Amino acid sequence: MSRPNNVRYQKSHEWARLEDGSVVVGISDFAVEQLNKEIVFVDLPTPGRKLKAGDSFGVIESVKAASDLYAPVSGIVSAINDAVVADPNQVSEEPYGTGWMIKITPDDPADVERLISPDDYEKQVAEESH
Amino acid sequence: MSRRIQITVEENNLSVKERLDTQTIFELSVPGRTGFSLPPEPPETKGVCADVIPERFLRETPPALPEVSELTTMRHFTHLSGRTMGVETTFYPLGSCTMKYNPKINEFGAGLPGFSNLHPDQPASTMQGLLEAYYQVQEILGKLTNLPGVSLQPAAGAHGEFTCLLMAKAYFDDKGETERTQVIIPDTAHGTNPASAFRVGLEPVEIKSDSTGRIDIEALKKVVGPRTACLMVTNPNTCGLFEDRLAEAAEIVHQAGGLVYIDGANFNAIVGRVRPGDFGGDMMHINLHKTFSIPHGGGGPGAGPIVVRDFLAPYLPAPTVVKSNDGNYDFNFDPRSIGKVRSYFGNVAHVVRAYVYLRQLGEQGLRDVSDYAVLNANYLLSLLVDKYDIPYGKRCMHEFVIDATRQKKMGVKAVDIAKKLIDYGFHPPTTYFPLIVPEAIMIEPTETENKEMLELFAAAMIDISNRGSVDAADVVDSPLSTPVRRLDELGAARNPIVVEAL
Amino acid sequence: MSNPYIQATPDQIIEMLAAVDATSIDEIFNDQIPSDLQHKDTFDIPTALSELELQGHLTRMAARNQAADSLTSFMGGGIYDHFVPTAIMHVANRSEFVTGYTPYQPEASQGLLQAFFEYQTLLSRLYDMPVSNASLYDGASAVGEAVFMALAVHPDRNRIVMSESVHPDSRALVATYMAHFNTKVDIVKAGNGLTDVQALGESLGDDVAAVVVQHPNYFGCLEDVHGIEKRVRESGALFIVVADPISLGVLAPPGTYGADIAVGEGQPLGLNQYAGGESVGIFTCKSEFMRKVPGRLVGQTKDREDRRGFVLTLQTREQHIRRAKATSNICTNHAHNALRASIYMCLMGPQGMGEVARACVRNTNRLKSAILKKHTDAIAFTAPVFKEFVIRTNRPAQQVRDALLLKGYLAGTPLFETCGSGYENLLLVATTEKRTDAEIDGFAEALGEFL
Repeated sequence: MSRPNNVRYQKSHEWARLEDGSVVVGISDFAVEQLNKEIVFVDLPTPGRKLKAGDSFGVIESVKAASDLYAPVSGIVSAINDAVVADPNQVSEEPYGTGWMIKITPDDPADVERLISPDDYEKQVAEESH
Repeated sequence: MSRRIQITVEENNLSVKERLDTQTIFELSVPGRTGFSLPPEPPETKGVCADVIPERFLRETPPALPEVSELTTMRHFTHLSGRTMGVETTFYPLGSCTMKYNPKINEFGAGLPGFSNLHPDQPASTMQGLLEAYYQVQEILGKLTNLPGVSLQPAAGAHGEFTCLLMAKAYFDDKGETERTQVIIPDTAHGTNPASAFRVGLEPVEIKSDSTGRIDIEALKKVVGPRTACLMVTNPNTCGLFEDRLAEAAEIVHQAGGLVYIDGANFNAIVGRVRPGDFGGDMMHINLHKTFSIPHGGGGPGAGPIVVRDFLAPYLPAPTVVKSNDGNYDFNFDPRSIGKVRSYFGNVAHVVRAYVYLRQLGEQGLRDVSDYAVLNANYLLSLLVDKYDIPYGKRCMHEFVIDATRQKKMGVKAVDIAKKLIDYGFHPPTTYFPLIVPEAIMIEPTETENKEMLELFAAAMIDISNRGSVDAADVVDSPLSTPVRRLDELGAARNPIVVEAL
Repeated sequence: MSNPYIQATPDQIIEMLAAVDATSIDEIFNDQIPSDLQHKDTFDIPTALSELELQGHLTRMAARNQAADSLTSFMGGGIYDHFVPTAIMHVANRSEFVTGYTPYQPEASQGLLQAFFEYQTLLSRLYDMPVSNASLYDGASAVGEAVFMALAVHPDRNRIVMSESVHPDSRALVATYMAHFNTKVDIVKAGNGLTDVQALGESLGDDVAAVVVQHPNYFGCLEDVHGIEKRVRESGALFIVVADPISLGVLAPPGTYGADIAVGEGQPLGLNQYAGGESVGIFTCKSEFMRKVPGRLVGQTKDREDRRGFVLTLQTREQHIRRAKATSNICTNHAHNALRASIYMCLMGPQGMGEVARACVRNTNRLKSAILKKHTDAIAFTAPVFKEFVIRTNRPAQQVRDALLLKGYLAGTPLFETCGSGYENLLLVATTEKRTDAEIDGFAEALGEFL
């Protein structure tokens, strides 16, 4: 899969994209691969919850692994993607599209720009793949 | 009678054989059939509930339990036992679990009605035989570990960990050292260690192992300090290696005011030779179902007695058993006890089994346990070194870890080797643990296996590797000999069905 | 060889040592363990006995216990002298069941997995709860796990309310479990043998994660579970019910009166009393909490050829994967006792469970009536009961217990020993389906002078 250029990443493999003032958050295709594409369960917060960058906002589980999901920016959860809760497979199939997880109203929209660039993320993935 | 009965064997597209093989007890139920023999119910009993119990408390319909005969029940469960592997079925080298032979004299002792029909609220004077067994097991475990405070109450190893950590907290609270909230745990630890720490409200702090698979003293020094409650270490560790610098590590922790907890899951490698109290342990749990030959029962019950230094003994769960000057045994409730972690006294039948085992083996017999567990493991390792990668050298304690990374490159992963072993007639070893070895296969032969069996197992392991290099698909397709093939765990987790629908 | 279970012959030992480049077993140890850590001295433990000697030794030891096989038992309070069908041990003791371990390799353990799936289904149907796990240690630790789960469901609440009529060991265990978990445990009085529902209502608030009630309770009485449930529901706390599985042969199951989590001690289901040491913790709950359940869960699935099969499922809840964030630290559970409880429920079926429960009610009522004839105030609490009740004695109940022991009775539990001061002259007695009319009448007669 070619990674989109219009998102930024953080080290723990979440991506973030600024969209109409909200930050849309999901996990990268690399994270999906790490879970053997066997995602069975996604637990997301209730909208309205206040998050600081780095806070755990949910959990994603495969058959034999579970990972916390971390907020890439500070703000308030404005929406969650009910579709991935109902059908976690969406995350495996369209991690950057229909598999998005939450939307955050950011304290500072510029925080997104401070995340890892697509190029640097490519390098990180290349290193971790060894 | 010539009424025609139509027999539909193709129901649900199952053959007769498949139906016999896969029916649940609920599918065998026939309304009106029974499998019990009770005295006839007096007529007045039928309405007794309505007479003495208000209607709102009564069940409207009987529970939907199966209606089956005794023979059907016996056949059903006998059939299920045939679809299960045990130590008496085959070699069961499940690393870290110590699947050794369970002597039958243990069952003789545990099965005596004088033990099995006791009620826990009976006065101590009416269970002196049981209390003597309790007292003796406490004494012997204390002496084997040089940790004289003993409680037999915890029901399993993880329960023992949890209990000791509660005691550690109570101890620090008494000293006013409430800031000690961290438990240092090496990355090779069993998952129960961090889980138990969390349960007590402590914070697990993981440290990486060194390149030899042992505690990294420098990493330990970096995290140890005034917030350290304890260091939690398995010794020998889960790589099958003796932590030869543990005394030094313990010294560092003690200097900082912390305690050292020994996970005794692998005590069978050193029993009769090394006392954990001598290498710095302050508290430890012992798995009676590992070192002391209690059967595993398909997943339990186990028993997780704990042994501690004398200054921690007052905090042990209550009651413990004491012997008075007149030779009688009684229960002791120390006011400083942390309380109860289980109802009554623990897994009593298992304590009786352990008593029998300890009395049968004595000091030399127990030393033989560790001697031959270690000899068997080293011998089996020597048979595998040419075919498999050995991450931690050619010497081990009672178990060892091999790495199937070489085989993975041929397309055969650790899980595939495990499944193929079933086709050869063996229960697979532990796989993917410890977590620090990528394609870990953890093998524990135990002292009760013979040389011939170890050689057969090694031959199977070598054969699988050889096959993998020629035709990986053949290995990946296994097992073929089992009642079912590989199962859809993804589907089971996505759409869990944990009870049979009515 | 002093260990009869070691098979190596002297010749084989030599061959094996040669293969590992060692001249002795000591050398293998010395290579790995610093000499000063090895204990060279004696351990001073009792000398070994042969199997032949042990048979006699153990028989004599067991004979120093006075158990329900030689005495008539009216003891209860959590562990009971119920009927154990003979067939159970004959099939449960199949060596594959006894000597296997946790079914981590499902293809090699379909039998065990199916047995646990059936156990889960049996308990789910008996308690009328949609989910059951594959067992916990005992009834008390099941209460502890239920409380932990309630705190996980309500992370923003840090108080537990328990009735005084819950088994004292369960209360003690919850106090121990919560002591360092930043959670307060409030006990609601049960002065007349029943939970004070008004006081319970007043103790509730939006900081309460769960309310724990036992029904029938420790004193044998049936609690006003419907009234309690209403109040619990209003507070948003979880309703945890502790229920004796035998009672559910006739009593309405916890699922019908709103329990969120229903737990119990499974010993009455065909297990030996064993001084309380042959237990199984029953744990059932509503579907919405399935991913927070402690311990193992077996799920149904299919294999590559579309055949039905069973696996351990939702394993990410468990400590071997989730480590510190697991729903519980439990690993080894009480599988074999769960298996025996399953076999019991299959043999008894709905009809047998009903008959056993009704016989308990009938026998208990017979004893109660006989005692009331002797002394009209001798029954301490007036609430309806299932299979046990509390007798008020005319002297400390411990003395009564000791006196009746000489007459061949295990007369019950003096509540002073389990509940402390205020309970001096109270004796808890249970009457199971095993007690005959002659035993019941004889016991009432023997009690007469102490009422």
